[in-house]
Amino acid sequence: MNDKSMVGLSHEEIQRYSRHLLLPEVGLEGQKKLKSASVLIIGAGGLGSPIAMYLAAAGIGRIGLVDMDVVEESNLQRQIIHDSDRTGELKTESARRSIARINPFVQVDTYCEKFTAENALNIARDYDIIIDGADNFPTRYLVNDVCVILGKPNVYGSILRFEGQASVFSAKHGPCYRCLYPEPPPEDLAPNCAEGGVIGVLPGMIGTIQANEAIKIIIGKGTPLYNRLLVLDALDMRFREMKISKNPDCSLCGNTPTITALIDSQYYCGITPKSGEYRMDRNEFISPYELAEKLDNDDVLLVDVRSPEEHAIFAIENSISIPLQELTARVGELNKQRDIVIYCKSGIRGAKAVEFLNAEGFARVRNLDGGIAAWAKEVDREIPGY
Amino acid sequence: MNIKVRYFASMRDRMGRAEDTVSVDGDTITVTDLWKKASGGQDLPASTLIAVNMEYTDSAHAVKNGDEVAFFPPVTGG
Repeated sequence: MNDKSMVGLSHEEIQRYSRHLLLPEVGLEGQKKLKSASVLIIGAGGLGSPIAMYLAAAGIGRIGLVDMDVVEESNLQRQIIHDSDRTGELKTESARRSIARINPFVQVDTYCEKFTAENALNIARDYDIIIDGADNFPTRYLVNDVCVILGKPNVYGSILRFEGQASVFSAKHGPCYRCLYPEPPPEDLAPNCAEGGVIGVLPGMIGTIQANEAIKIIIGKGTPLYNRLLVLDALDMRFREMKISKNPDCSLCGNTPTITALIDSQYYCGITPKSGEYRMDRNEFISPYELAEKLDNDDVLLVDVRSPEEHAIFAIENSISIPLQELTARVGELNKQRDIVIYCKSGIRGAKAVEFLNAEGFARVRNLDGGIAAWAKEVDREIPGY
Repeated sequence: MNIKVRYFASMRDRMGRAEDTVSVDGDTITVTDLWKKASGGQDLPASTLIAVNMEYTDSAHAVKNGDEVAFFPPVTGG
């Protein structure tokens, strides 16, 4: 929000933003503030789509986008900044093209890289506001930590299934994310959208709330979501608001902080970003090829530990469905004398199931390496990705 | 006394229900003990945000008759 008195609006811009200019809360002065403002959006996915589109339309002068992924078919049900013909394209580039079509007056800077402890400060430093549209905990903690260290507002949103949350974290005005959740959670407590699913309009509902909060902060009007966590249940259509406050013992923004520099949290909290890094004894894995052979020749029980919904989309022939959460209760259905192969989508849940079954005394159990995703690539190419 | 308990996000899946009404002997109970009672003896998972009457608090908070206690696990999707 530098030099806000210096920028002017062209005739074209005055026409474009006329409905803003008529609002007493925005007006010419507010619109100039929007034009002078810079906003960094972390993630050009579900939340990032409506955030970037509405902020672009609103006339934010400079929008930064951080994302290293490419557009996939499975994104299109909710990530509306990306078109059907953009699959395979970098999300940052796809988003840049969409923004240019919405509002050519916006400068877009893209960072097609992972947001890490190494680059985060340099990327974030030049922006007035950071918006968190990340899809994983390590990035969310990093966004929070960067914002506290640089003293910038963190416009937070997150979604899963039919539930969403939004808030504005600002160490100056109230709590930071670590005041509420000091450390990243164990993986099974917090499934992501790829595991748990998400209703397509939900990021639209939460993302537009985030965009609105960013605009309010920039023009300095209204009451930002400081000290409040908004919780949306879109299934029953209820908004609840929780009063939140600074935790004096917060390790980052409390009275005696212990975190004074950025850390990539996956290196200390045990979160594994990829199935390939959940490595146990090699003997506990079976490759897709080996399994295909074994299914032809031997007696083997194939157990799908994914959710019933995933099992219904596609399953390996003759496999039985025991979702990981039900395994403890249904372990009696399995025979310790038989060869058992466990599979999930990519191998992580399978590894947990094998670990559990080993502890229960099952010695002849193995995990399909890379899950049904690897099976689809190497053995049965008819299986669609999901 | 009766306490209304609500579960959000993955907590709702884990419990298999969105809410409970827990009846408790005595005038007060800590959030930790209330959770134990509601969940059938489980420990309260770390990284759970607790709200009593929609105000953020900690697990040692003393819950009273008529209070509503909500458990919010972190949500990460974006």
